[in-house]
Amino acid sequence: MSENGEGGWGALSELPGNPLMWVLILSELLVFGALLVGFAAVRLLHPQMVLAGQSALSIPLGGLNTLILVTSGWLAAHAVRLRSTGDIGGSRRRLAGAGALGLAFLVVKGFEYADKAAQGLGIETDTFWTLFYLTTGFHAAHVVMGIIILAIVGWKNTTENLETGAAFWHMVDLVWLILFPLVYLLR
Amino acid sequence: MKYESQKVALYYFAGALGLFVAQVLFGVILGTIVVAPNTLSELLPFNIARMIHTNALIVWLLMGFFGCAYYLIPEESETELHSPKLAILQFWLFLIGAAAAVVGYLFRIHEGREFLEQPLWIKLAIVVVALMFLYNVTMTVLKGRKTAITNVLLLGLWGIAVFFLFSLYNPSNLILDKVFWWWVVHLWVEGVWELVMAAVLAFLMIKMTGVDREVVEKWLYVIIGLALFSGILGTGHHYYWIGMPAYWQWIGSVFSTLEVAPFFAMVVFTFMMVWKGGRTHPNKAALLWSLGCSVFAFFGAGVWGFLHTLAPINYVTHGTQVTAAHGHLAFYGAYVMLNIAMFTYAMPNLLKREPYNQVLNMWGFWVTSSGVTFMTFALTFAGVVQTHLQRVMGMGFMEVQDALGLFYWMRLGAGVATLVGVVLIVWSLAVPGGKRAGAAIAQPAE
Repeated sequence: MSENGEGGWGALSELPGNPLMWVLILSELLVFGALLVGFAAVRLLHPQMVLAGQSALSIPLGGLNTLILVTSGWLAAHAVRLRSTGDIGGSRRRLAGAGALGLAFLVVKGFEYADKAAQGLGIETDTFWTLFYLTTGFHAAHVVMGIIILAIVGWKNTTENLETGAAFWHMVDLVWLILFPLVYLLR
Repeated sequence: MKYESQKVALYYFAGALGLFVAQVLFGVILGTIVVAPNTLSELLPFNIARMIHTNALIVWLLMGFFGCAYYLIPEESETELHSPKLAILQFWLFLIGAAAAVVGYLFRIHEGREFLEQPLWIKLAIVVVALMFLYNVTMTVLKGRKTAITNVLLLGLWGIAVFFLFSLYNPSNLILDKVFWWWVVHLWVEGVWELVMAAVLAFLMIKMTGVDREVVEKWLYVIIGLALFSGILGTGHHYYWIGMPAYWQWIGSVFSTLEVAPFFAMVVFTFMMVWKGGRTHPNKAALLWSLGCSVFAFFGAGVWGFLHTLAPINYVTHGTQVTAAHGHLAFYGAYVMLNIAMFTYAMPNLLKREPYNQVLNMWGFWVTSSGVTFMTFALTFAGVVQTHLQRVMGMGFMEVQDALGLFYWMRLGAGVATLVGVVLIVWSLAVPGGKRAGAAIAQPAE
């Protein structure tokens, strides 16, 4: 961040990593925020439909995925810390672990989607399922993107790159931590 | 002007200004037909006049972009243009192709797909023109200095050409026809054209405010990041009612709402740069157009777009005069004003005219902007009344149209004012300023 620290980024230059990543993160949070507001509106208008949809969701699988992502985020944070002490090998191993847990998240998600599809619950079933597939699908797409970003910053592993990649990964983490209770748990 | 080859831009600016007058003239004819429906009904039916109005707009804006690129790229790349001769040949091909299309329309030769009515051979000629242009500017950038502005501009210009290719694909399935039609229409004006807009505004800010290039480039990256983030999936707001799956209503609503963000960022950007860099640049008119561009684009594209972009609202406003209001203010604010800003900045340099008609130009700004603004309000109110009577109360289409007569007369009046303003702008750019029209008397006009 040192090369961006002095010039013209305003509040963004205080943050770790590349300031443009923070522009992206804020945009992403707006999108997920808007989808969750939509979810709240649908819950208000059609409480029975939302309740019926939620009762078909698997809390154990969602909970397992929460543990997986939080652990993965911890590994990514650890990778940044190791890189700043100069331990490049250790940092890369942590990043690989973070990425592997990201893949594990996607595998669990895949089982969940396959189970719903087998029950005939698709994106067009009703508004609850449209929003379920859109929010969790967008989130899963960001997990895919995040794994790619982690791989890239593991390869070109300057401290700034690592901070940038980890910031994105933590955003993916954070979105799930908000999405999981709102969509799966809160009834 | 630092490079001799920048002069080819003059061809494009002149051609664009000529078509600008024609476009607005046909707009006034259309406004007249709406209030007096038998006007020219045999010679020039409404649908044909509308084709000429919209096609002339698109062609002159593109011609203006080409001119902007030919002026901007040598100066940014610090090298002469790869081939000025090719640029001049390209201009004539483009102009003749556009003229042939218009003559064809008058004889009812067209393909009938809105905005893409050009016969196939004209479309292919446009592709050839685009390739000549891209070859010329890309070679220039490759041999010269690469800046963020030239990179973003080239990305936008290549994007324009690539997405135009979808105009050649016209599936017989009506839903797919519309899906790909929007890949041209939406991904142009709410995608790659915004990259051109941001790059040209960034160039004008560097030239006129003296703010460091490094700062301007950071803004440029943020703006184009926001534009692509919101604009690409924002295409979804056209997929609501054409037969696409219903989840597009969510995707379109969310992402197209965020399309306001890049336009808002452009307002903050231009005003911050002018505020930080001072307003000492002698070309006050070009500065006025640049600031006006970001403000009018924010209202026209951003605010007026958001008014009817959410799916539940669009369900009742779709295809009413609300859309026409948005279309007029958005095109004027974003792309007309951008082009005029660049013409106003570049033409005095190219023509080596120090005392130019700056005051007249600024009168043109205020008259045209007032005309388009009044038109936008007239159409917005017409659209709100139309939505209520037709979509909520369920009255018949023609009955409602009769009830909107007053608004259509006001729109025609605003259109005539716009035409007057456009003539002032073109006059001020084309005719040398007199001795008294120097910068000294520019002060009282502010």
